[in-house]
Amino acid sequence: MTTQLFGAPVRRREDPRLLTGGGRYLDDLGAGALAAAFVRSPHAHARILDIDVTGALDVDGLVAVYTYEDLPGRVAEPLPLLIPHPALTHGRTQYALARDEVNHVGEPVVMVVARDRYLAEDACERIRVEYEPLPVVVGIEAARRADDLVHPDVPGNVAAHLVQEVGDVEAALEGAPHTLTLDLSVERSASMPLEGKGVLARWDAEQGELRLFSSTQTSTGVRAAVAAKLDLPLAKVECIAPDVGGGFGVKINHPWPEEVLVPWAARLLDREVKWVEDRREHFISSAHERGQLHRVRVGFDDDGRLLALDVRFWHDNGAYTPYGIIVPIITSTQLLGPYKPAAYRCEFWSLYTNTVLVTPYRGAGRPQGCFAMERTMDAIADRLGVDRAEVRSRNFILPSEMPYDQGLLFQDGRPLKYDSGDFPATLARLKAMVAWDDFGDYRRQAEAEGRRVGMGIGCYVEGTGVGPYEGGHIQVETSGRVNVSTGLTSQGQGHQTVFAQVVAHELGVPLEDVFVTTGDTRRMPYAVGTFASRAAVMSGNALALAARALRAKALRIAAEALEVATEDLEIVEGVVRVKGAPGTSMSLGTVSVMSNPLRYAFDEAAKAATQFAGANDPDRAPVADDDEPGLEGRDFYSPTQATFANGMHAAVVETDPVTAEIRILRYCVVHDCGTMINPMIVEGQVHGGVAQGVGGALYERMVYDESGQLLNASFMDFLMPYASEVPYIETDHLETPSPLNPLGIKGAGEAGCIPVSAVIASAIEDAEGFPITSMPISPVELWELRRRHEAGDLPSLARSTTSAGSAAYPSTLEAP
Amino acid sequence: MKPAPFVHHAPRTVDEATAVLADVGHDGKVLAGGQSLIPLLNMRLASPGHLVDVNGVCGLSDIRVDGSGVRVGALVRHAELERDPRAYAALPLLRQALAHVAHPVIRNRGTTVGSIAHADAAGEMPAVLALTGGLVEAAAANGDREVAVADFFLGALETSLRPEELVVAVRFPLFPPGTGTAFAERARRHGDYALAGVAAAVTIVDGVVARARLSFVSVTDVPGTLDVTEEFAGLEPEAAHWRDCSDRVRAHVAPETDLHATAEYRAMLATELAWRTLAEAASNALTVAA
Repeated sequence: MTTQLFGAPVRRREDPRLLTGGGRYLDDLGAGALAAAFVRSPHAHARILDIDVTGALDVDGLVAVYTYEDLPGRVAEPLPLLIPHPALTHGRTQYALARDEVNHVGEPVVMVVARDRYLAEDACERIRVEYEPLPVVVGIEAARRADDLVHPDVPGNVAAHLVQEVGDVEAALEGAPHTLTLDLSVERSASMPLEGKGVLARWDAEQGELRLFSSTQTSTGVRAAVAAKLDLPLAKVECIAPDVGGGFGVKINHPWPEEVLVPWAARLLDREVKWVEDRREHFISSAHERGQLHRVRVGFDDDGRLLALDVRFWHDNGAYTPYGIIVPIITSTQLLGPYKPAAYRCEFWSLYTNTVLVTPYRGAGRPQGCFAMERTMDAIADRLGVDRAEVRSRNFILPSEMPYDQGLLFQDGRPLKYDSGDFPATLARLKAMVAWDDFGDYRRQAEAEGRRVGMGIGCYVEGTGVGPYEGGHIQVETSGRVNVSTGLTSQGQGHQTVFAQVVAHELGVPLEDVFVTTGDTRRMPYAVGTFASRAAVMSGNALALAARALRAKALRIAAEALEVATEDLEIVEGVVRVKGAPGTSMSLGTVSVMSNPLRYAFDEAAKAATQFAGANDPDRAPVADDDEPGLEGRDFYSPTQATFANGMHAAVVETDPVTAEIRILRYCVVHDCGTMINPMIVEGQVHGGVAQGVGGALYERMVYDESGQLLNASFMDFLMPYASEVPYIETDHLETPSPLNPLGIKGAGEAGCIPVSAVIASAIEDAEGFPITSMPISPVELWELRRRHEAGDLPSLARSTTSAGSAAYPSTLEAP
Repeated sequence: MKPAPFVHHAPRTVDEATAVLADVGHDGKVLAGGQSLIPLLNMRLASPGHLVDVNGVCGLSDIRVDGSGVRVGALVRHAELERDPRAYAALPLLRQALAHVAHPVIRNRGTTVGSIAHADAAGEMPAVLALTGGLVEAAAANGDREVAVADFFLGALETSLRPEELVVAVRFPLFPPGTGTAFAERARRHGDYALAGVAAAVTIVDGVVARARLSFVSVTDVPGTLDVTEEFAGLEPEAAHWRDCSDRVRAHVAPETDLHATAEYRAMLATELAWRTLAEAASNALTVAA
């Protein structure tokens, strides 16, 4: 039954095609295109003195070489700052090709176009660029010291400084019976999609039109940016996101230098030009995220209730800020999770360094915020000798308090107001799943076997489905084929399946009749993009609304033809029929024929429809004033605010007493993203998120040396976890519907990765008995911590010691 | 990530291959499985003018097992050797170690001989060749020769092989009767280059340890062997305190600090793995005897 589609674990319709090599990714397109390659800066900070391209000129197959000097008009201007913010007082963006200074290793300096990529790289190798090295700023400490500046006109390397405060935190801290100070840090990682970025541009000189393909998370954004940069009417530029092999945030930033330069060169050369990012380029010239230092000062009562929470943190935004300060804003707001401190103050500094720039990476500042908050919860529990889950539950916002306004402004500039959620129920399910209360027995048993185990926990709330809008367009062809279009892009999420489920359910048609197109500006020119766990919420609801509009029109036309009232009709399996008299019916395809007065009998459906042709009323226009030809529905969904999902994770880890190897024995997830369209796809999203979270917790980091060279810019040395490193993931779901949208859904894309570092740190700390304050952590780092702990340089947790003087966290309030 | 231009040679016989190698000298590189060479080419860390692709050369694809040992031809893929039942029966250490060579897809293509000729101290098979006291068979236009493992590895990525020589096979001699072997390594991720790895062979004669030897992965410049017979000779395996070799191991290994671990940690790991592996090898020796 079609009515069972919504909420059913329907298998991904795109998988047979993608898994059998039928996908068409950027590099599968444009087989005859010229290839672009780039000479990129080998210096982290340098002045460009001279560029000598003569060595490249005798490379057979060379077509063009471009430097900044060659760029005209708006192509020569700095790339746009996409999301300005009043606190971003010193935003800086790069030029498409470096003008006179480079600010990180990998910044593009020269563009080469040649017959193929091999020749383009041969030419790159022969181009000589003379640099004058400048002092390099790497790492948050160096950026804060500001002995050297990344941009000479940005004092203190501070791009942005923002304070949000609810209540009087200093007074509340002074009055609190207990206080703690914690320093907590998270290192850099990156989105690392399987497919890097890529652009293919076709210039049609006869039509004066540009067709652009980009491996992007926003085709509408890229289209508008390129039209503006190349001074073309929007109507003469179309942008298509083909199959995209993952995004995870890095492809929402736009336009990347290559997205401007490749179409510019294609038009100039009147040739098809393609650039496909290789892995090294992705490491050194795309985007990273996560690098933050936090200082938390917290005041609490004897029960562990949060009286005051003061968080200051320093965010490493890399060399430029094209995507604004979205990441630290999300940290500073989403850090609160399911809790309600009586007073909260958050202050951050977003700092320039001579490293790859930062854009959101799945989780987008939340993993860091969650790490800071959840480490704080564990520290409070330890100080008071209270169970860690219990301390958390005492601070929960209760279902009866929903909607709950945290009093802050969220990433979309709108109030941080939780719409729904049942945190006590989520925790209860998690404790049952992981057998929280029985862990003491397990630990004692393990200890008797010479094994060391620990359990950890972490909670989060995630704002999902931010606006401003997405649209849905649905059209039924005379054959009954249902064409569905939404403008946001797909990077593997399963949109062909879930959007089809929504439309099939709303319209009453078989899933097989529904064909979904995403990310094609020819089909839906108004769209925002796929990021911020927003696709299902935004386009799912837009398509539901569009389907309802279409359904109403179909019923109206059918009712007139069948001479019944619309209330007496239903649509089942693509057929409009009279309730209780299914013999009186017409297919949606026939309704589609009837919706269009231009009724050539091209096909069987049109011929069949002639029997329903009404009398030709000479006083009626063929299309009424308030009507349109065709069986179509179109609508937009634009919410007043984000909808807030939540989840809680627990893990059991074992650490080798000798080698300090860390093994995750169990990983448990309870997740609530409201009503689920497809639980199997939600499950997949959670699994993928946890896998990336495990990478962030135990494996991935960007290792820069002091000269700004990225030392591990390959998959050999950047340790993305393999399937063998990701544990079996146990999941359970609550469905607390969102009251904000017609379908009651919340986003699920980022959820899985958010608490993983916090949970693993909590579990390792529990196993080891001393605090874990920095992630990721490797065996050698744990081994070094043990040695420091044994030497007395690292205090024990309170519960691991009887002496009162050796508490793990200082109780004096230290200002940063 | 595209290689610089090179001339591709596709000889059909060993003589043709060695003729090309003699001709191109230091500007030539032999391509077999390509699992190390191709990434180096693509990143332009190596730009040889000539690639001598031996994948079409006849007579290099055999695994021969006889009473003296296992002879592995230059085109035998790791996966073939790993799965070969006769090689396993004769020398279980081959399969014990091969299971740790990268991932299955790499083992499907990469060759055991190539890994030995590449002489990466992080390679498993050089350590196995060392522990067995094996031989390298080199062919050249001006004459073939056999090189003992002790004379083959000179340093990290450095062998006594001459530019005009092609390794056509390696030979792994059998251990004495009563020998059990074991192999262990630790990597940050399954299949990565080991932080430290150990191969062990323990020979039990008349119920007591007669010989105990180790070789190492990733913690020595050159895959040599460490003979710890002295520590355990004459002891019944159950009575041996295998940790007693720890000082010898620490003195033998010389790991370096890199992105993934400190030298000190690697030394600890090698020491820990050494005694665990010896104990396992001794246990396997008893199983063999039983």
